[in-house]
Amino acid sequence: MSPLLLAQVALTLFVFVMLLSSAAVMVYVERKVAALLQQRLGPYLVGPKGLLQPIADVVKLMFKEELRPRAADALLFTLAPIISATAAFAAFAVVPFGAETTFFGLLDERVRLQVADVNVAVLVIFAIASMSVYGIVLAGWSANSKYSLLGGLRSSAQMISYELSYGLALATVLLVGNSLSLTDLVNRQAGTWLGFIPRWFIFVQPLGFFIYMTAGIAETNRAPFDFPEAEQELVAGYHTEYSSMSFAMFFLAEYINMVTVSAVATDLFLGGWHGPLLPESLGWIWFLIKVAALLFFYVWMRWTLPRYRYDQLMAFGWKVLLPLAVINLLVTAAGVLYFGL
Amino acid sequence: MLSPYIPIAIFVVVATGFALFTLVFSGLLHPEKYNKVKLEPYECGIEPLTDARDRYSIRYYLVAMLFVIFDVETVFMFPWAVIFDKLLLFGLIEMLVFIFILVVGYYYAWQKGALEWV
Repeated sequence: MSPLLLAQVALTLFVFVMLLSSAAVMVYVERKVAALLQQRLGPYLVGPKGLLQPIADVVKLMFKEELRPRAADALLFTLAPIISATAAFAAFAVVPFGAETTFFGLLDERVRLQVADVNVAVLVIFAIASMSVYGIVLAGWSANSKYSLLGGLRSSAQMISYELSYGLALATVLLVGNSLSLTDLVNRQAGTWLGFIPRWFIFVQPLGFFIYMTAGIAETNRAPFDFPEAEQELVAGYHTEYSSMSFAMFFLAEYINMVTVSAVATDLFLGGWHGPLLPESLGWIWFLIKVAALLFFYVWMRWTLPRYRYDQLMAFGWKVLLPLAVINLLVTAAGVLYFGL
Repeated sequence: MLSPYIPIAIFVVVATGFALFTLVFSGLLHPEKYNKVKLEPYECGIEPLTDARDRYSIRYYLVAMLFVIFDVETVFMFPWAVIFDKLLLFGLIEMLVFIFILVVGYYYAWQKGALEWV
């Protein structure tokens, strides 16, 4: 195998393992931050400071009995968690997370720190993000339980409603960046204005960032938009009937989707791996810091805000966020035209 | 040079393989002591009387239909946004006309109550 191919394979496996462990880390962080905000201790018994808690959770789930209701559709019921997990992983494949590198001179050619360098990365992400709704809708329908069905329906309605604003927020960034490749978009954000303001798109597109993050939180079904679960009304929504590892797959998918939304937000709005002080080859450190900050924001939101009512969610998505996104798109277009942003 | 899409395919295969492997592996570990009650769908401890494949609110269909209409428009804006630096004023006016037609439909749907949830 040529060194370049080897590097590509190594990078693919590396990204996969990192995504898996990021989900484990998020489980721990989520519980610790929740405890912090509620003045509790959180997990502290398993391992030093409870650090091994996620591993204990997985081992416990592995030994749990796997239940499938008798009336369920066996094929779709088994397929749904696999679809969810695969769609979550696949979306990250096109996200670049660092500048081109030769791995400290190990390689002759420079490789990009991403699994697949596709020139229409934004479209690929948009397409795969839409796929994840299939996992949820199939899980909800196939279980043949009323709670699952309601959770699945609600969730799909919510996800498709917010996908419009999500797509429009992406289109607005494309107006400013004139490219569909995430690497190009990140490189447009290099440098500074007036010597100290970084050229990040968030300063050109504050409203776009707000719309993107709101729609992103709704897309990943997180509080305050966590209607698919809505414990008090729907038990656990679309995964009511799931147990053992297939339940863990949905959990995994949710956390990886969060990581992907944060990583794409970092690439599109926060300048990706560009930042002060560090050289370009260590840009991935900036990338990690920014993604971690957004993920913290996610968890913070969840434990601070109460859940909306379902009709409020739909009204907000269709009557506020969608018109706002369209107006933002047109204003940005006019801005690009007259000020040449 | 490999096609840039091949790594995505590899990634999807790895992800699916991982999901299958964990499900099968855990299937070898966990106990299986099923009985009739355990395999009923959860219904707060009450015996379920009917199948869950029942009628449900028409609203979900309406949302899906509106989504199909507006999502196609969103996709149309992607290529427009990418080459906007070449289209300039012409592109902006074109898009204004396009969005005006869209807004008429949106206003109609709103007035008809399609955006109201109950």
